[in-house]
Amino acid sequence: MAELDQRPFPPGDYPVVVVGSGPGGIQASYFLKSLGIEHAVISADPSPGGMFRRFPFFQRLLSWTKPYAPVARDDRFYEWYDWNSLLADEPGARAIMPTLMDGTSSFPSRPEMEANLAAFVERAGLAVRYDCSWEGTRRDGERFVLATPDGEYRCQAAIFAVGVAQPYLPDIPGFDLVAHYVDTRAAETYAGKRLFIVGKENSGFELATGLLQWAQRIVLASPRPAKLSVNTHSLLGVRARYVLPIEDQNLGGGVFLLNASIERIERAPSAGFRVVCIRSENGAELSVEADEVIAATGFTCPLRDLPDLGVAVFGRTGLPAMTNYYESATVPGIYFAGSIGQGVGGMKKYGLPANSGAVHGARYNARTMVRHLAATHFGVELPKAEVKPEALIDLLLAEATRAPELWNQKSYLARAFSLDTGTGIRDEGVVSLAQFVDEEGPAAVAIAVETDDLGDIHPAVYVRDTGRPAVETLLVSNPLHDFRSVENRAQLSSLLSGATAGAVR
Amino acid sequence: MAMTQQELVDMLSSLTLFADLTRPQLEQVAHKMTEESFPVGQRILRQGFTGTGFYVILDGEVAVKIDGEERARLAKGDFFGEMSILLGEPPVADIVTMRQLHVLHLGGPELEGFLRDHPQVMYRMLKAVALRLRNASRWRS
Repeated sequence: MAELDQRPFPPGDYPVVVVGSGPGGIQASYFLKSLGIEHAVISADPSPGGMFRRFPFFQRLLSWTKPYAPVARDDRFYEWYDWNSLLADEPGARAIMPTLMDGTSSFPSRPEMEANLAAFVERAGLAVRYDCSWEGTRRDGERFVLATPDGEYRCQAAIFAVGVAQPYLPDIPGFDLVAHYVDTRAAETYAGKRLFIVGKENSGFELATGLLQWAQRIVLASPRPAKLSVNTHSLLGVRARYVLPIEDQNLGGGVFLLNASIERIERAPSAGFRVVCIRSENGAELSVEADEVIAATGFTCPLRDLPDLGVAVFGRTGLPAMTNYYESATVPGIYFAGSIGQGVGGMKKYGLPANSGAVHGARYNARTMVRHLAATHFGVELPKAEVKPEALIDLLLAEATRAPELWNQKSYLARAFSLDTGTGIRDEGVVSLAQFVDEEGPAAVAIAVETDDLGDIHPAVYVRDTGRPAVETLLVSNPLHDFRSVENRAQLSSLLSGATAGAVR
Repeated sequence: MAMTQQELVDMLSSLTLFADLTRPQLEQVAHKMTEESFPVGQRILRQGFTGTGFYVILDGEVAVKIDGEERARLAKGDFFGEMSILLGEPPVADIVTMRQLHVLHLGGPELEGFLRDHPQVMYRMLKAVALRLRNASRWRS
């Protein structure tokens, strides 16, 4: 007699189906559960963790979890110091990451991160049907049907948290001959090799840093110069922990950074490869011989047949076109969570992207997405607390000074309060800033944290009159990032004097 | 629309703004600028807001609106955002998506270096801005 399948969520009809058991999928599942939305979670993997089950290869994550912070770990404000724990209301499921780190670094190792995510699933009481891969999608009237080897899952709304995880190789001759980043072997197997890495973003520099002591020579090439995060004043660019290869190049130690496009890659007559490049500076051809070539050329979205269903995708990465609530712009009811959320650019002030591709941004995006989904598909709305007019300015400046959502997602998420004359001042929670400033709603105020082109971090206030576009006002910064100054209070008081007076019944 | 790196470079070569660039230069442009998508109804430039960027339309359509009044439409190959960056002032118009939009984006602080690196693009941009100015003068007279 066949063994009974003990896994949760057998095929069937569910209000919502979540696909994926990485941070995005399990965070979305947590918020659905907390709002009482019945759902199934299916995953092709045998355990939770998503990309953290394999990556990054070398060293550690790029996201910090600071064990010694100015606030207690059970405080919401600790989330700013802990970019790797998922969000939860229950104390036992909060701030798990720092409890699992060995104390040698504030950047967790990959196994520590994987353990953090597994612990979250367990402590938050989440369930996942593992080894159940989503293989296809179709419509049946108002419902979506997801095909798996176990059977069909039908749902009113589907959340795809499948990562930006499919290796991307450019359609340039010879890339079929070489390894992708995901195929990188153990470091010692590159001992004495001449290595050519295509790509000068973090994954390329991660490999160069990890293989620096092993390879005989490392060449990194891509058409434009490497950007450094310390210069962009954001997480955009190569992170500080990976700049050792740059110093090595500057000192002539055997690392070379080329600004060049790859024309073709071919096998060298003796052994290894010849990479033919065109230099960006002067258009001259340059051939480089290498024993190993690794394409650190990024990833695309494994969206399978969703485009056939009408889901519009864009660009080289094949990210879906989405609304500010991570819903497909072309197929309502299809949502996305996790790193796919980076396809929603938001305000992108001064060209600085949000951190939606990382856990510390995506976890908040999942919350705004699930709350929107719950309200629009299932009529589940969270109560909105009333705020006394005299408390509003303190609250706004306290949020700008400390709120992890605003600091993790600068110019992207904002704390909003509606100023309706009939209902008084109501806490609208954390919202998409682009949505707030573009939608015609009741009179409202929102505060965000922003960085300008000089790296100055300051609060920005957006005040919206009923039926009119929001008006931006930048507040004054502070060298210690405490924005609760007399000057800012006076500025806010002036901006809100009319609006809050109207909101007081 | 999803496209490979080579398809993107092919598309860039067909746009007037980049018509004078060699293939390696187009590859560089494709790496320097990021692809973005905006749903219908979203503002991309916002009148009076700081920190805007430079955009080149690859697909879709936008409306130029001043104080809510539509003044023009822009589509594939058109660009916007350069005026406020060059002048260091917030935009004087909203740019609103009318058809699902696929653009290339460059952060405002990077535009000057980008134009200095690619003077052919600067010349094409200057021509386009001169045309806009001439048409605006005709419209007013």
